[in-house]
Amino acid sequence: MTLVKTKIGRRAFIRNTGLASGGLVIGFSWLASCKMTPEQVNNLPKEWFDLNGFLKVGDNGLVTIMSPNPEIGQNVKTSMPMIVAEELDIAWKDVIVEQAPLNTDIFTRQLAGGSQSIRQGWESLRMAGATAKQMLKEAAAQAWNVSADEITTKDGVLTHEASGNSAGYGEMASAATSIEVPEEVQLKDNGTFSIIGTDKKNVDGPKLVTGKPLFGLDVYKEGMLTAMIVHPPAFGMKYKGMNADAVKSMPGIKDVFHFEVYPEGIEKQWSDQGGISELVAIVGNSTWECMQAKKALEVEWEQDSTAESTSYHEEELTALLEKPTETPARKDGDVNAAFAKAAKIVESTYSAPYLAHNTMEPMNFFAHVTPEKAELLGPIQTPEFTEKTVAARLGMPVEKIDIMMTRMGGGFGRRLYGPFVIEAAVISQKMNAPVKLVYSREDDMTQGTYRPSYKVKFKAGLDDKGNLIAWHVRGAGTNDDLIFENRFPAGAVDNYLAEKHSLQTNVTTGAWRAPRSNFIAGAEQAFIDEVAEAAGKDPLDFRLELFDRAINNPVGDPESNDYDPARYAGVLKLVKEKANWGTDTGKARGVAAYYCHNSYVAQVIELEDGGDIPRVDNIWCAVDCGIVINPLAAKNQIEGGMIDGIGHSTYSAMTFKDGKPEQSNFDTYRLIRHSEAPKNIEVHFVDNGIDPTGLGEPSLPPAIAALSNALYKATGRRYYKQPFINDKPPLVG
Amino acid sequence: MATYTLNINGTKQEVDVDPSTPMLWVLRDHLNLVGTKYGCGIAQCGACTIHLNGTATRACMLTVSSVGDQEITTIEGLSEEGDHPVQKAWLEVDVPQCGYCQAGQIMTASALLEKNPNPTDEEIEMAMNGNICRCGTYTRIKKAVKLAAKS
Repeated sequence: MTLVKTKIGRRAFIRNTGLASGGLVIGFSWLASCKMTPEQVNNLPKEWFDLNGFLKVGDNGLVTIMSPNPEIGQNVKTSMPMIVAEELDIAWKDVIVEQAPLNTDIFTRQLAGGSQSIRQGWESLRMAGATAKQMLKEAAAQAWNVSADEITTKDGVLTHEASGNSAGYGEMASAATSIEVPEEVQLKDNGTFSIIGTDKKNVDGPKLVTGKPLFGLDVYKEGMLTAMIVHPPAFGMKYKGMNADAVKSMPGIKDVFHFEVYPEGIEKQWSDQGGISELVAIVGNSTWECMQAKKALEVEWEQDSTAESTSYHEEELTALLEKPTETPARKDGDVNAAFAKAAKIVESTYSAPYLAHNTMEPMNFFAHVTPEKAELLGPIQTPEFTEKTVAARLGMPVEKIDIMMTRMGGGFGRRLYGPFVIEAAVISQKMNAPVKLVYSREDDMTQGTYRPSYKVKFKAGLDDKGNLIAWHVRGAGTNDDLIFENRFPAGAVDNYLAEKHSLQTNVTTGAWRAPRSNFIAGAEQAFIDEVAEAAGKDPLDFRLELFDRAINNPVGDPESNDYDPARYAGVLKLVKEKANWGTDTGKARGVAAYYCHNSYVAQVIELEDGGDIPRVDNIWCAVDCGIVINPLAAKNQIEGGMIDGIGHSTYSAMTFKDGKPEQSNFDTYRLIRHSEAPKNIEVHFVDNGIDPTGLGEPSLPPAIAALSNALYKATGRRYYKQPFINDKPPLVG
Repeated sequence: MATYTLNINGTKQEVDVDPSTPMLWVLRDHLNLVGTKYGCGIAQCGACTIHLNGTATRACMLTVSSVGDQEITTIEGLSEEGDHPVQKAWLEVDVPQCGYCQAGQIMTASALLEKNPNPTDEEIEMAMNGNICRCGTYTRIKKAVKLAAKS
């Protein structure tokens, strides 16, 4: 068993918070890590010791776990409480899961981003469950006058075999509140779990399939008005004037006004990225009346900065790919000398367009601002940052701002950015009424905060035996420099050069599911196939050869390579076995592997026959995310991520003409649909007992390359330009 | 504004709204039936799917004035206890991720099975093609439709 400390020095990760109405309530810090050295602990920010998770054992024996993280579809609302329940030894059927409200005095970190929820919560959630169990044992030991060590627990029942005593957790819950929090608790060993590693269904499933109100858009309150916004039709434009009077008299319309979201002097948080400062608000009794007024309203806009078109972005990015950087991001050996003596050189350029997040639930937020307080309710991934801007913008102290989260109809990174929360608050303050701000689909899609557009150029050199001797990558993106210089194949090739550029544009960008990886993986792993072909080697074995190099004789400081080549090779070997790679199935196949967000994923994609872009028939996917908490939900995430990658790389693009988005709804912006989705997906996990890592993002990036590598086999064409559906590259050879 | 008496989930409901108002917003803003979701407003995503006389219909393009006394069923009225075979299959397969589109998916699937109790994979895909799932639960949806068809 693993013994962990619940406090270090005078700092405690867990506290007995007393109780209001019977039962044991303990609070815990879900950032706690019990494996740190005292020195590391002393250097932790103070707020890491704040309580931000809660666990209540009621007198009735039911356990309520407040899940501290926002639910955007990644299923943490089910999987995080599973971890607590495991250590607590409670039957899953007796667990009630509640979304914890944001109370910034208590919950300090509630952020669903970077697939980090499970990774960061793993130790603290276990510690919380184990602590509560220990306190219940101590309470029972006192009641029965026996040693706590002799008491066993199972499914919410305490048993002392020798004395024949037995009690449910509920019977000891109130007594346990007087027990001091133990300084150390024991965690279960991997392999002895009874809840972790089992399939548990989505706790919100029954509500979701019956249409219960769970989402921000479902918020309706007494006296609530509806608000919509009008933003500039093109990036680079700003508000000039409008004729609001004709619209103000339309049925159901309460007010139409221009407002500044971010007046000068307002301190912005990173979560304010992408916001448009000047907007027009339309406020009315109902959504349809606001939509009608929106159509009728004529707003005048004027050019404020350059009107950028997609052709401009493409030309500028192409120009950057020709430009050496003064200081490379990473340089091992001498690529130029190696290229000069290479037997073969392979060179290719890959690109991808801007993408919109297109969460199915458009941006929205409820706000009720009075002089006394501001109540805000809706779907936001970063409430603790947004709250600061709301306070600054409303001129109210942060203590008077109360942000509550709803379930979110998709995130994909979009709901990290909360200008719409500020907008809702400002409109409510102006109207002196409760207001729900609703973005139309068109508002949502043309507002910005896109996945950047990217272009990358690779050059590889092979010696006469087909060994990779040089690798040069130069990447560029709009408002983003794309390259992770220490990722594979860094460390696996003697001569390596990584360079990166960023093109400043006024088309706003932000994190989009698996930022950067969502493009660079597809490009790099497709290029590896080109290099393998030039080397006359099997693409999967070629990758394994490179990982062998990184394992046995890494180039540069192995610590600088931010991947573990053995785990990388592990998923490739697993997918090789599961897909029977190397056997001729008569169908086109492609392979790819990628590491991001602390998890490793390899895939083999097999296509059907026929069509310009043949449909995906089968996918074999191998994943190393350490211990799998909830295999059912994990597979769901992995399947969805791959379909997301395949769909966007095949069909989707945001393009611009003179700053104006050319797509504004699903008639012009194409998303993958049922008849285009992969027919069969198999997911396999590496069983290694390593602490768990996240799954919200890692399966998406490699799917794009596995697809394009399979497309090459099916069509004889290398797809360099996303979306593939618009590309018809020449036949190779 | 005009008054309409609508037949929704077996109950007569009166609303006073503009004749051009889509049923989507009548249901959501005026009748507090929020299971029918807004996704695109132009009948491209299927999040607002309801049954109109048993046929899967996009509520965002169906004006209140065109409904008359036709029977409307929303996700809230698909079954009393949430135990319609399609709903049960959805839970069994654990389909939802974010869950936002699923009410619309379930309404399309249940209308399909009413007309075609044993659809082929191709028939399922064609019937469901108007319903976008941004989380990519398509393979599970197909599995759930087939499971519901068996029961």
